[in-house]
Amino acid sequence: MSWIDRILPSGVGSEESEKRSSSVPEGLWKKCVKCEAVLYRPDVERNDDVCPKCDHHMRIGARQRLGSFLDDADREEILADIEPVDRLKFKDKKRYRDRLSAAQKATNEKDALIAMRGALQGLPIIAVAFEFKFHGGSMGYAVGEKFTRAAQLALDERIPLVCFAASGGARMQEALISLMQMAKTSAVIERMKIEGVPYVSVMTDPIYGGVSASLALLGDINIAEPDARAGFAGPNIIEQTIRQKLPKGFQRSEFLLEHGAIDMIVHRTEMRDTIARLLSKLTKQPLTPAEEQPPLPGEEEVDEVTIAPEGDE
Amino acid sequence: MNPNYLDFEQPIAELEVKIEELQLVGSDNEINISSEIETLRDKSTKLTEKIYSNLSAWDIVKVARHPLRPHTMDYIPRIFTEFDELHGDRHFGDDRAIVGGIARLDDRPVMVIGQEKGRAVKDKVLRNFGMPKPEGYRKALRLMEMAERFKMPVVTLIDTPGAYPGIDSEERGISESIAQNLAVMSRLATPIICIVIGEGSSGGALGIGVGDHLAMLQYATYFVISPEGCANIIWKSSDKAPDAAEAMGVTSSILQELGIVDATIPEPLGGAHRDVDLMAQRIREHIITQLDSMEQLPLEDLLAKRYQRLMSYGN
Repeated sequence: MSWIDRILPSGVGSEESEKRSSSVPEGLWKKCVKCEAVLYRPDVERNDDVCPKCDHHMRIGARQRLGSFLDDADREEILADIEPVDRLKFKDKKRYRDRLSAAQKATNEKDALIAMRGALQGLPIIAVAFEFKFHGGSMGYAVGEKFTRAAQLALDERIPLVCFAASGGARMQEALISLMQMAKTSAVIERMKIEGVPYVSVMTDPIYGGVSASLALLGDINIAEPDARAGFAGPNIIEQTIRQKLPKGFQRSEFLLEHGAIDMIVHRTEMRDTIARLLSKLTKQPLTPAEEQPPLPGEEEVDEVTIAPEGDE
Repeated sequence: MNPNYLDFEQPIAELEVKIEELQLVGSDNEINISSEIETLRDKSTKLTEKIYSNLSAWDIVKVARHPLRPHTMDYIPRIFTEFDELHGDRHFGDDRAIVGGIARLDDRPVMVIGQEKGRAVKDKVLRNFGMPKPEGYRKALRLMEMAERFKMPVVTLIDTPGAYPGIDSEERGISESIAQNLAVMSRLATPIICIVIGEGSSGGALGIGVGDHLAMLQYATYFVISPEGCANIIWKSSDKAPDAAEAMGVTSSILQELGIVDATIPEPLGGAHRDVDLMAQRIREHIITQLDSMEQLPLEDLLAKRYQRLMSYGN
C-alpha cells in the first residue's frame, strides 16, 4: 500500500491503487478508473483528463492543472523556495524526513502546493493547486505557508486568488503545526474578504479533514468538480461511529450542492470560462476573449504519447 | 483495578486502600496508629510525585481523559459568578456539546464558551460525549460576535474528542462551521483566551481555539489526530497509540517549546480531579492575569499581534 493510500481518510482510496490493477499498459492507452473503458490517451488529454465515455474527472497533477487553467502567456511559478520543515523530528516506522525526500524525489516537488502568478483570459490572478501525489496533498507548514503568502500577494496586488484543492487533510507528521495552518490560512482569507479581494475555491477529488475545515470551504465562491468527494470526516470513520451504511452519493459534489455548501458544480472543460466570467464580474475588469489566447500546450502535442506513468511513489 | 485510578496509578491506589483500612481499624482500637497512617500518606504523596514526574505522553493523554477529570461545567461555577447560559445557533438548534453564556469574572463581564463531554451516562448522551455538530460551532460564533458588540472578552474551555463525525454533521456543513470560526476568531475585536482543560482533538478543538493566548492545563493534551487514529493509519493498530502520542508531541511541554502554546497551568498533584477547587482557582488567576495585560494594549495592537502570531505558526 502506498503512502497516499495510508494518508487518505479510510474508505476514500486513491485512484493509484485502483489503477495498479489495470492490465492496460501505460503509454498510448489509458483505462478509466470509473467506467473501465480503454481510452486513447490523446483523446483523454484533449478533454482535460475527463473520460470521454463516462465524464469521470480523473485526478490530475498540480502543474497540469495550473497549466491548463492559466493563460499560456506570462505564467510564472512563485514562492517556489518554501520547503517543508520537520520540527518534531517525527518518526514512526520511517523518519518523516526520509518520507519527505522520497516524496520529493517521486514528484519532483518540494511539497504539496504549487503557486503561480498568471492571467486568466487576460485577467491577472494568482492560482494555487494541491499536488495530491505529494503525501496525499496533506497540509503541513509548507502548504499552509505557501497558501498564506500567495493569498497575501493577492491582497497586496488586489488580484483574485483561485485555489484547486485536493487533500487528505492536515499532515499528521507535523502534528499541531499542521493544525495551526488551518487557522493561518483561514485568517488570511478573512482579510481578503474584508478587503474585497476575490477568493475562489475549487474542490477537486478528494478533500477531507483540515483542508476541508479551513481554506477549501471559505471561498467567496465555492466550486466543485463533478462527483468529487469532500467532507470533514472520512466515510469509514462515520460508518464506524454511527454503525450505518452511508447513503449513495454521500459527500459527493452533488451532495454538497444540495446541502448548500457550494455554489456550483463545474465541468473541468468549462472551469476556465466559468471562473473567468465570475472574476470579471467581481473585479469589474474586462477579459481577453478566449480566441485571442495562444493555443494550450495539449493542442500542439497530440502526437506525443510518451507521457510518464502516473502514480507510484 | 480501581476505576478511579489509571493503570500506572495502581500502586497509589493500593496504598490508599491500606490507608483507608487503617483508618477504619484506628477508630475502634486503643493502639495509636495515626503515625502509621501519616507515614503511609507521606509515602503515597511521594509515590504520586514520583509517578507524575515521569509521565509518558500517552499517560498524559489518559489523565486528560480521566473519568473523574473536571469538565467545563465543573469549572464554570468555580471560576465565574452569575453565569447565564445562552442557547441555540438561531438557525437549526442548540448543541449541548458546546456550552456558552455570559458570566462575571470579579466585576468584569465575560463570554464563556466551552465544550462539555458530560458526566453521567444520560448527560453524556445529551452532550453527545462532547462532540459538537455544526450548530454548536455556530452557537459559539454567535456568542463571540455578541461579545465583540458588547466589548466583553471571550474565554474558551477546550475539551472534546473531536467534532461529531456523522451524516447530519456533514449535511449541515461541519467543515464550513469550523472554518468560519477560525476566520472570524482571527479578527474578532475583543480579547480571546483559549484554555485546553482536557482533550483538544483536532479541528473540533481549534473551532473554538483561535485567540490571543493559548494555555493548557499541565496534563491536558492537544493533537491534530488522536493517537489511536494516527496509530491506525501508520501501524494499522490502535495498540500503537502510545508510540503515536510520543511521536506527535501531544503534551503542553512540547507544544510550548514549539511556540504553539503560550502557558501551562500547573495541576494539583495527581491531576486536576484530585482538587478541582484548587485547579479552578489557578485557572481563574491565570485568566485574570492575562486579561489584565491584554487590556493594557490598544485593541488594534492586540489584533495585530494575534494576526502576526497566526502567520508565524511553523516558522
